[in-house]
Amino acid sequence: MQTLLDQFFNISIMIKTMPLMLKGLVMTLKLCAAVILLGLAGGLLVALGNLSPRKWLRLPCIVFTDIFRALPPLVLLIFIYSGLPFAGVEISPFTAVVLAFFLNNSSYYAEVYRAGILSVPKGQLEAARSTGLSKAQALVHVVLPQAVRNVLPDLLSNTIEVVKLTSLASAVSFAELLYSANMARSVTYNASPLVLAALIYLVLLWPLVRLVSRFQRRLAA
Amino acid sequence: MTNRPMLEIVALEKRFGTNTILKGIDLKVSEGELVFVIGPSGSGKSTMLRCCNRLEEPSGGDIIVNGRNIMSGTTADLNRMRLQVGMVFQGFHLYPHMTVLDNVTLAQRKALKRSRPEADARAMDMLENVGLAHKAKAYPSELSGGQQQRVAIARALALDPKVMLFDEPTSALDPELVGSVLKVMKDLRDKGMTMLVVSHEMGFARETADRVVFMDGGVIVEEGTPDEIFGAPKAERTRAFLARVKN
Repeated sequence: MQTLLDQFFNISIMIKTMPLMLKGLVMTLKLCAAVILLGLAGGLLVALGNLSPRKWLRLPCIVFTDIFRALPPLVLLIFIYSGLPFAGVEISPFTAVVLAFFLNNSSYYAEVYRAGILSVPKGQLEAARSTGLSKAQALVHVVLPQAVRNVLPDLLSNTIEVVKLTSLASAVSFAELLYSANMARSVTYNASPLVLAALIYLVLLWPLVRLVSRFQRRLAA
Repeated sequence: MTNRPMLEIVALEKRFGTNTILKGIDLKVSEGELVFVIGPSGSGKSTMLRCCNRLEEPSGGDIIVNGRNIMSGTTADLNRMRLQVGMVFQGFHLYPHMTVLDNVTLAQRKALKRSRPEADARAMDMLENVGLAHKAKAYPSELSGGQQQRVAIARALALDPKVMLFDEPTSALDPELVGSVLKVMKDLRDKGMTMLVVSHEMGFARETADRVVFMDGGVIVEEGTPDEIFGAPKAERTRAFLARVKN
């Protein structure tokens, strides 16, 4: 029992490695902020493209969402992080990680938005256009607020996935939370930092998971 | 009513694939006139109405509103034109995420660029006219169908349109709520609004319409005063339709 506590819940080691862990957490949060904001914005544009009556706009957007939902995110990450330099493309590690996760995740966000927009009755757009609003104004003021409300649980679920996804960045030695924890583990020969990392993820995501459940129950009611 | 045409439909055609819905419609609505369109379902009356503000894109022909052909011009021209043509739908289509007041002010602010106080004042006037000023802060889901439709009418009127199009405005309403909507429409007519109405409310047509148009199979079969159409229809198809409706 004592060994178990020493190996997994060693408070003194947790405290000692805290600065390193916090650095990793900050990096994870930065990564999340960038990927979520870009994903929400990019996903919306791709969704609008997906629903466009113009074929030249629609086709590339469909190809985009198909490819990046089919491609494993880790493959994409390693390719962009380690593969692109072979082609002489030089981007910072942060940019590379953000780019990989953005490509993966905006395609998921796009599909959620698309479902949301399609859930708004056609009459809403027609009513808005009949009062002289432009297509863009009708989208911004009438269609999108309803679309987003209808798929809020799914947008939130996807955002939770993004946070979890960022831990993959440890595979390319990007110093986010999991990588920092693993680093601390190898330095201290103790698994407690990994447990600490898991706890941090849990504290971060549990409220959001609960929130999704509550939304879903409310929508089902 | 004057003889100045406010809305002119000229040789209007609409095809969906190989299916021709409108086969050359010509119709003039004068300033202040209330024209009623009747006909069996599938006759193209709603499609014709929806072509008048290009919610439905005509396959051929012209639509002239207040002397201006709306088939030419840019997208911005089209948006401006739509401000002059108010439309009321069978399904109301109020914005469920906005209060009644915001429903009536949105296009005023965004399309007409009125200030918030100006739009609010105009909206309250319009809601007063339809008897719903006290519901300004309510959401559409808190209103009955008849109330929702009256708000939809106020939303269209707040933009000071030259013509109002009504697409079966009472068809989705419970019978006891129809009267309140028809009363608002009658008030509007008495104030001199130019109106083109697609509806099955024959009694209302008889009482208020200046002219009744009977459509069937994508063409105008016959038109005349309510007395002519309801009292002594000339075409066999009109007689058959009216006989069916009466029973």
